Amino acid sequence: MTIKHADAIVVGGGWASSILAKELREAGLSVVMLERGPERKTAVEGAYPGSIDELRGAIRHRLFQNPAKSTVTIRNTIDQTALPYRQLAAFLPGEGVGGAGLHWSGVHFRVAPDDLNLRTKITQRYGEKFIPQDMNLQDYGVTYEELEPFFDKAEKVFGTSGEPYKINGEIVGKGNIFSPSRSDRFPLPAMQDVYTAHLFRKASEAAGYNPYSLPAANASAQYTNPYGAQMGPCNFCGYCSGYDCYMYSKASPNVNILPALRQDPGFTLVIEAHVLRVNLDSDKKKATGVTYLDQNANREVTLNADLVILGAFQFNNVHLMLLSGIGQPYDPVQNTGVIGRNFVYQTITTSRAWLSPDKYTNVFVGAGGAGVAIDDFNSDNFDHGPLGFIGGSPVWVNQAGVKPIAAALGGPGGNAPRWGAGFKEAMTETYRHSMTIDAHGSNMAYRDVYLDLDPTWKDSYGQPLLRMTFTWKENDIRMNQYVVGRIEPIMKELGATRYHLAKLEHGELFDTRRYQTTHLGGGAIMGTDPKTSALNRYLQSWDVSNVFVIGSNAFPQGMGYNPTGMVAALAYWTAHHIRTTYLKNPGPLVQL
Amino acid sequence: MIGTASFWMLAGHDCWKEALAAEARAPYKPQYFNQREWAFLQAACERIFPQDDHGPGADALGIPEFIDRQMDTPYGRGELWYMSGPFQEGPANLGYQLPLSPRELYRRAIAGADEYAQRQRGHLFAELETEAQIELLTAFEGGAVHFGDLSARGFFEQLRQNTMEGAFSDPLYGGNRGLGGWLMLGFPGARADFMDWVNQEGAAYPFGPVSISGETA
Repeated sequence: MTIKHADAIVVGGGWASSILAKELREAGLSVVMLERGPERKTAVEGAYPGSIDELRGAIRHRLFQNPAKSTVTIRNTIDQTALPYRQLAAFLPGEGVGGAGLHWSGVHFRVAPDDLNLRTKITQRYGEKFIPQDMNLQDYGVTYEELEPFFDKAEKVFGTSGEPYKINGEIVGKGNIFSPSRSDRFPLPAMQDVYTAHLFRKASEAAGYNPYSLPAANASAQYTNPYGAQMGPCNFCGYCSGYDCYMYSKASPNVNILPALRQDPGFTLVIEAHVLRVNLDSDKKKATGVTYLDQNANREVTLNADLVILGAFQFNNVHLMLLSGIGQPYDPVQNTGVIGRNFVYQTITTSRAWLSPDKYTNVFVGAGGAGVAIDDFNSDNFDHGPLGFIGGSPVWVNQAGVKPIAAALGGPGGNAPRWGAGFKEAMTETYRHSMTIDAHGSNMAYRDVYLDLDPTWKDSYGQPLLRMTFTWKENDIRMNQYVVGRIEPIMKELGATRYHLAKLEHGELFDTRRYQTTHLGGGAIMGTDPKTSALNRYLQSWDVSNVFVIGSNAFPQGMGYNPTGMVAALAYWTAHHIRTTYLKNPGPLVQL
Repeated sequence: MIGTASFWMLAGHDCWKEALAAEARAPYKPQYFNQREWAFLQAACERIFPQDDHGPGADALGIPEFIDRQMDTPYGRGELWYMSGPFQEGPANLGYQLPLSPRELYRRAIAGADEYAQRQRGHLFAELETEAQIELLTAFEGGAVHFGDLSARGFFEQLRQNTMEGAFSDPLYGGNRGLGGWLMLGFPGARADFMDWVNQEGAAYPFGPVSISGETA
């Protein structure tokens, strides 16, 4: 690499960076993308049958961040010593070109409009006192109406399959009755229901709920997106989550955006480029570029740019801001500073129903984004007044394809043995004849749940690891327990021979050993007040106006939905405002 | 293959063909584990994943072979884990904190388990009756046993995980011999195309498993 200056640098090679890179190229800027991991071409590494390998893929983490190089430390409470997250388990950040956008499942939601102004909404409906002490409930500073065109654009780029409910105010289909009005249809019809999703649809309807097809960035038919990228119809192979899609059906930056950029001479992709810091000018008001470690040559390279986009994974964006001195680090004791504030996650629990021995659930059939859900207990779609908690969960059957090692490690469930005599009997019954129902819920932000730099442990580049202080709080546990309780009538309608309702328990601590979700959020949030947010409503750093930070790090609290759809819409929203406003007059887009 | 065996096979020398087949049937020779460790592993894996009416056990599936082969991979050498110090114990829910890679953990823990078996039952683990082995593994899983500063529970979980991996991974890693693990569950392996079988209304999927290399059961 001999480039010394680019108009724009994008840090990371996932969805956020790819979207920004494409948009900034369309605006005529020269763009350098810095990805710290390796190149990943779906035609090579995603090819069948080599990619259909559970051990190498999901179990040994082929597409994921290697903690040996860089990880985080984790503690539950502020008075504990955080310890390194030495083995990937609870969450699985991606690495390499495509990032988390390569290994994700494909569930592609918009947003529940109430979630964007949750503080205002809760205060109006239930009163200010309804918000627990030390819960940092905040609004995003942007409305659904403002974001709608960008959700629409993202769905067209992703080739999203789904069933609409309302278009321009008119009911047009059997989609989610709680979903907001759309300006257009999904580009592709909804995915078919697998057997278990079909059972869930019938049972949840019989229980009085409102089932809908999950919006899936898994192509239900052949599709060509606005960039000319082609997708093939999904064959339900069951290898979405944790894998690159050999059918070119699951949307990824690699399939849906990068083919349009790779051939563009104004775009440069540098792989194995680990960004060490964003360089700032002397008064820390402007970024001059970045310094990265060229991991091939093992040397530091400084690259100057007018515009720096941080589009890495949620916590990597926050880490880089802390390492670079962008904005004031959050201090939970003084309750000052913003970088690291409002770190959030999601609650997820998986309940199981066993069917009679003549019913085969064929759980290896699946698609990551496909399934049937109900939103009756998500967001503010139900009355929280008598319940005394904030937040909610969609409930769904999302049969993404259950592979045997993961199934065996999870065990047969219930009180069945995890090994030895009786294990194989129970495991076989569970694998052949059972199905799962998830409550995939929100997680609220708290004053003492945050990110900062660890005082002890360092990454392989000699920089301090990011430290997570996180555990479950009573609000979220009660929310989970309430929603899981609402699954019981569905279990009864399903014809389950027996079922197990899984829920978070009071006082339960976050456990780093068990996979939950990779849907981490917050830490560098968007908002309307620089005292309580790191970014303005355009995801522009309040402190360094030529730095924009795109990702789920912007979410002020965790939502019930999967984050990728919201991240993509925010990326297009930001790109639009950079193109239409910022480039004409660089500087803060929000004047205080 | 033995040296120039392909030449002999091409020449139609049946005696060599038979010798080769016999070699393929011969017991696997472990590369990482020594004889005593190997005996422990064979016994412990079979107890965790026993032969029964549902299908082959660990020995028949080649699970110990799978684990031995894994020891000489980046995973076995601990290259996929954060292994920088300082090392400090903490609450179990904050995860693994030992300065040991999987191969080092096996070496330390098997020695500890054998010592424990010797002390408690007067024999090495592999020499004990099946029932006694099950009792010891149950004690290891229970969490009260320590091999010096090593938690037996942590080791048990490592062993259980690798045993399941050996039972259910593609046969190219040495386990799941004859696709026996997949047959038991009804998993079709690398077929990975269910376009015509998305919803069978509760009927079983009709085809047996196939491996990445094309082996069928």
